[in-house]
Amino acid sequence: MTSRIAKKRGEWINRDKPLTFQYEGQTVQGYEGDTISSALWAAGINVLGRSFKYHRARGVLSFANHDVNAMMTDGVDTNIRADVWPVADGMDIKAVNTIGGVLKDKNKYIDYLSPFLPVGFYYKTFYKPKSLFPFWEDKIRKAAGLGEVNFNYPRIIKPKKFAHCDVLIIGAGLSGLSAAVKAAEQGLDVIVVDENKQAGGSLTYDYAGEQTTADTLTSLLGKVESNPNIRLITDAYAGGFYGDKLVPLVGKDGITKVWAKSVIVASGAFEQPPVFRYNDLPGVMLGSAAQRLIHRYAVKPFNKGVVVTANDYGYRTALDLASVGVDVVAVIDMRRNGAPRDLSQKVRDKGIAVHISSCIYEVIPTSDKLGVKAVSVCPYDDISAGADSGHTVRLSCDGVAMSAGWAPAAALLYQAGTKMRYDYSVEQFVPDELPEGVFAAGKVNGVFDSKARQLDGQRAAAEAAAFLGKTVDVVTVPKVEMAPPSHPYPIVEHPKGKNFVDFDEDIQVKDFINAAKEGFDNIELMKRFTTVGMGPSQGKHSNMNAIRILARVRQLPVEKIGTTTARPFFHPTPIGHLGGRGFHPHRYTAMHEWHVDNGGVMMDAGMWMRPAYYQYRGRTMSAMEAVQEEALAVRQQAGMIDGSTLGKIEVFGADATEFLERFYTGKFSKQKIGESRIALLLDEAGVMVDDGLAVRVDDEKFYVSTNSSNAATVYREMQRNVQLWGLQVTLVNLTGAMAAMTLAGPKSREILSTLTKADISEASLPDGNMIQAEIAGVDAKVMRVSFVSDLAFEIHVPYKAGLHVWKQIMAAGESHGIRPFGTDVQRLLRLEMGHHLISHDTDGLTNPYEAHSEALLKMDKPFFIGQRSLKIIAKKTLNKKLVNFVLEKDFTGDMPNECNLVIEDGNIKGRVTSIAYSKYLNRVIGFAFVAPEQGSTGSTFSIRTDSGAMVKATVVKAPFFHLLDNDGE
Amino acid sequence: MPLGLLKYGLSSEHPAPRFFRDCTEPKKSYDAVIIGGGGHGLAAAYYLAKDYGITNVAVLEKGYIGGGNTGRNTTIVRSNYLTPEGVNFYDASVKIYEDLSEELDLNLFYSTRGHFTLAHTESAMRTMRWRAEVNKHVGVESYVVGPEEISKACPQLDISCSGQAPILGALYHAPGSVARHDAVAWGYAKEADRMGVEIFQMTEVTGIDTKGGKVVGVNTSKGYISTNRVLSAVAGFTPRITEMVDLQTPIVIHPLQACVSEPMKPWLDTILVSGSLHVYVSQSSRGELVMGSSLDPYEFHSTRSSLDFVEGLTTHITDMFPFLSNVKVVRQWGGMADITPDFAPIMGKTPLEGFYLDAGWGTWGFKATPISGKTMAETIAKDMAPDLIKSFRLSRFEDYELTGEKGAASVGH
Repeated sequence: MTSRIAKKRGEWINRDKPLTFQYEGQTVQGYEGDTISSALWAAGINVLGRSFKYHRARGVLSFANHDVNAMMTDGVDTNIRADVWPVADGMDIKAVNTIGGVLKDKNKYIDYLSPFLPVGFYYKTFYKPKSLFPFWEDKIRKAAGLGEVNFNYPRIIKPKKFAHCDVLIIGAGLSGLSAAVKAAEQGLDVIVVDENKQAGGSLTYDYAGEQTTADTLTSLLGKVESNPNIRLITDAYAGGFYGDKLVPLVGKDGITKVWAKSVIVASGAFEQPPVFRYNDLPGVMLGSAAQRLIHRYAVKPFNKGVVVTANDYGYRTALDLASVGVDVVAVIDMRRNGAPRDLSQKVRDKGIAVHISSCIYEVIPTSDKLGVKAVSVCPYDDISAGADSGHTVRLSCDGVAMSAGWAPAAALLYQAGTKMRYDYSVEQFVPDELPEGVFAAGKVNGVFDSKARQLDGQRAAAEAAAFLGKTVDVVTVPKVEMAPPSHPYPIVEHPKGKNFVDFDEDIQVKDFINAAKEGFDNIELMKRFTTVGMGPSQGKHSNMNAIRILARVRQLPVEKIGTTTARPFFHPTPIGHLGGRGFHPHRYTAMHEWHVDNGGVMMDAGMWMRPAYYQYRGRTMSAMEAVQEEALAVRQQAGMIDGSTLGKIEVFGADATEFLERFYTGKFSKQKIGESRIALLLDEAGVMVDDGLAVRVDDEKFYVSTNSSNAATVYREMQRNVQLWGLQVTLVNLTGAMAAMTLAGPKSREILSTLTKADISEASLPDGNMIQAEIAGVDAKVMRVSFVSDLAFEIHVPYKAGLHVWKQIMAAGESHGIRPFGTDVQRLLRLEMGHHLISHDTDGLTNPYEAHSEALLKMDKPFFIGQRSLKIIAKKTLNKKLVNFVLEKDFTGDMPNECNLVIEDGNIKGRVTSIAYSKYLNRVIGFAFVAPEQGSTGSTFSIRTDSGAMVKATVVKAPFFHLLDNDGE
Repeated sequence: MPLGLLKYGLSSEHPAPRFFRDCTEPKKSYDAVIIGGGGHGLAAAYYLAKDYGITNVAVLEKGYIGGGNTGRNTTIVRSNYLTPEGVNFYDASVKIYEDLSEELDLNLFYSTRGHFTLAHTESAMRTMRWRAEVNKHVGVESYVVGPEEISKACPQLDISCSGQAPILGALYHAPGSVARHDAVAWGYAKEADRMGVEIFQMTEVTGIDTKGGKVVGVNTSKGYISTNRVLSAVAGFTPRITEMVDLQTPIVIHPLQACVSEPMKPWLDTILVSGSLHVYVSQSSRGELVMGSSLDPYEFHSTRSSLDFVEGLTTHITDMFPFLSNVKVVRQWGGMADITPDFAPIMGKTPLEGFYLDAGWGTWGFKATPISGKTMAETIAKDMAPDLIKSFRLSRFEDYELTGEKGAASVGH
């Protein structure tokens, strides 16, 4: 049986495109443009889901994207909101969170237990005895949740779009569209966004049985669409309001991030349900939902219905219902004065009875409890909010439309920082103080009359234009005398309850009263204890009634209760939309391809990719073999490592020397051109942060290197301090612009000399010096360094020349047995040399005294970063010390790992920071933090391995090469 | 269904009393005043009453109880810290938590789910081993596990993280738990109130009155209260309180944000943290994924949300769980984290006699709620900090004796 009615003007369905789909195993017909709910309702299917807690049958409530009891899964996707999600041909869907189908849901028994499940019941039980909690918890977890996640759902990557405008208008209803036209007329660039498939807001459904509303929409849309200054975006919602007027518009295809110079919030209001027993049965719906069904989807909401209202909107709904042939039994008006005479007369003229000072006491369900059989109506005193249940009258019907009032859709206004106040003339919260450049118009601003909403939109646009510097006449909105569109207390208590306030979470009136009785009588505490507004609809239909109930319980005016904080998102927003394209940048050095082609085993090093070692020339070796082989090549012939990831910063200007003196611990004032100095950076607490080299290039220029992982940090700190100290220094970060490589080993000079005419002899280029030289035809900085080997050259060339120079050196070294080496090899080589790595061998608290770096501290300088702290630390006794150690010769036991602890008498004394077997030395060597008394050469300490074995280690001097000559240490 | 619920169905009047009285007018004087009605302040009040019989105590809360970071954290409880001092302290907290539902006669939903700190780099693996070794030494069940064991506990996790940051291993911490954070505050409030402590909500401290280097009272929005013992337990508002008494601390305030998804049927049984991807995630008993990320990188005294945060977090969540692309984020929020230079709290006495500080709780405050309450109660009662919190004293910053927990803070800082 279909309840689809004759074609409606402006309907959203396309009757030329019929389609069929499966719902809970049943074949259903619909049209393109239908939502799941509208198609099901048209097919006479009224049970669209089960509620979260009690598993009660639910139908449609709002058709406004908060029918969270009608959520579907198609086996691929879950928690699909049926009230707004379009049907598609061939879809196969069922309701979420049921066992055995929506009609026969095995969990529906929970509804009968509801008297025993009071508000916050889970806090009051399940924990005695403690051992049983996991049992109950498992049951609760299984009962909780809505849809099941599909673990095979693909990762969706949706790039963000970006937009800017003068005025962003949120909501394309009467006030929003009026604002758009007015703003565009001022020459402003306007974006209007609306979450509905079509613009118009209530103009698309609130007809009151007439056509004038549709005419208004047609004319207004004509003006909007013909104006080139207006971009109208539908089917996308404003997800939140963030700093700098950033508003993400969330559409089906992803997010557009809009930065607006001004924002007009014209987002309207959510219709609020009156609260009475069984107000949740399928067939009981908001008046605006009934109107949406009629005008958007051409579906008759029910055949014989009752309208319960506490404002004039119920009368308009009644007229709409009557216009499509619904037998409207009565309008039940909770107010004592009823509607203005002309409106109520129109309703009476349709043969509809109007009962003022009345309420629905309860809905009488059908025998299967899946629908409406009748309503029980009784007198109602709207001041005392008392229902006279002794005088009930039963009206039979199969549907109820409810209109008790409105709650402003003010979430974005709150997020923008708007102060709201309660306005008794409309019985709702309205903006009181708006932030600069933010405006509100229409229902969200407490303006309901249709003429006034147009003017209010224009007023907001004029104010936005003035804010943006336009000269524009002020628009005034005359106050329209009308009864408040919202009822101050549309709540009918019932001894048997089931009068729902929050449909997401199945929270009844008594739950609020009892929560208050238990001390949760502050709106924020009440929210957390009852969970009102914490469900997927975020309180869109429940928060206002919760506030009204609490005000009544505490006998305080509503404004004293206040509201809870409205946080993003306006509607739940897909993770894939928010995450966007998943931006994970990688950086390649100039020699990257070469490493890959030559067997480099590439590892992440921050954003960079670096070879750890090579499976050189197609050979297959274990990591251990490869590392030892490359290390031996460096010790015995030559090796080369790609060091392009080093931080490289040019520091120049009149104060360059002074800057380095303050920034680093060393002395730079007497440094000669071409000389390098160790650049040790501390933080204010004296903790070691970075060590690099600073080479003087000329009187006012240094070339400074940093550890690879600190390149960005050091550059940032330099920039910060240049500003702070007001020095004449310019910084250029050359990290990415320069390629660097270190050629190391006894044959390195011989190899390099074949590629340069420069004098690189020991006399001309001793350790710690740099020259500018042509290498393989490329202008290069050539520096003698000794990090991995006594003889080594660090060569810096422009990025583009990097690969060329690298290849030339490799070719020149071929006959000398040169090998490329990776970072794992570098770790071993520098260990053999006795060089510690900051943040590998040190941690977030290590100072230079603990790490043998006193020699680098020029304490006689007037200042350097961390010096003040060091002066204090120097007077204290050390509590740890970084030492070099060896394990016994031919050690074969349980090999310690880095971060194994040094244990003495059952106490932690330190830890291993580096450890490796060196084939060259044929020993296991390492660094460890130990107690100071264990730190002198020759003393021993114990390392506890992963398996708990204690391994003896002996402190030795660095570099470790003396082990080669001296067997006995 | 447990029998304890029967009475609710069978009695016509709601058979449950108030959790705590509705205190409105403070007395003129108290033995101790606690500023801040969050978990820490309420726990301190509870233990003052219970352990030391000091019940003439006022808790002053400028908003509602548990409304600050107690209600904003992602509810994770663990003790897998880096320093022996830290491990011992948080382990003591875990041990109290385990029996706290019974002690407070309120189900806190304390749920031991196991906690994995994922390592995506060799250097992270080293830190995991370091933490495991220290934990083991102190007797806390933490150990390094490989990808297979992680997959076994969470088969849905993409070990390669969509190829972006392959997981090399993890620090597994068996006692890792989650709890209903609000309930912790309510439970302490309930029992403290029962013993006589008075809790004043919507009551703001506007000044602290001192005489001769001693605290003598506090000015509040509800009038002057004389007392010679004041505890400040206000997390992100600590600088506002310490400046009232000219006390310098190295605390800086950074926003810390979090978000929750729509409810879904349970699938994530463990608690997962990834330092490299800046993600921590668990699934609540309501079915929501509770997700957090690293601190915002700037100092800022605000609880406002940013889009940037949720964009970054969701990107990384889909690295780990690609199938979550169409699961929706319902709500995001922020808290104000009071960060110290060494990522350890500041607890104990201060140079001002009678002024006690419980602060510097950054991103690690919720898990310490019981033990901080207990030790601060002892500090106030005896005017001397117990050994367990000596290394968290304020003077450590002058003495250069920091307690370096930087490596154990759950996500990158």
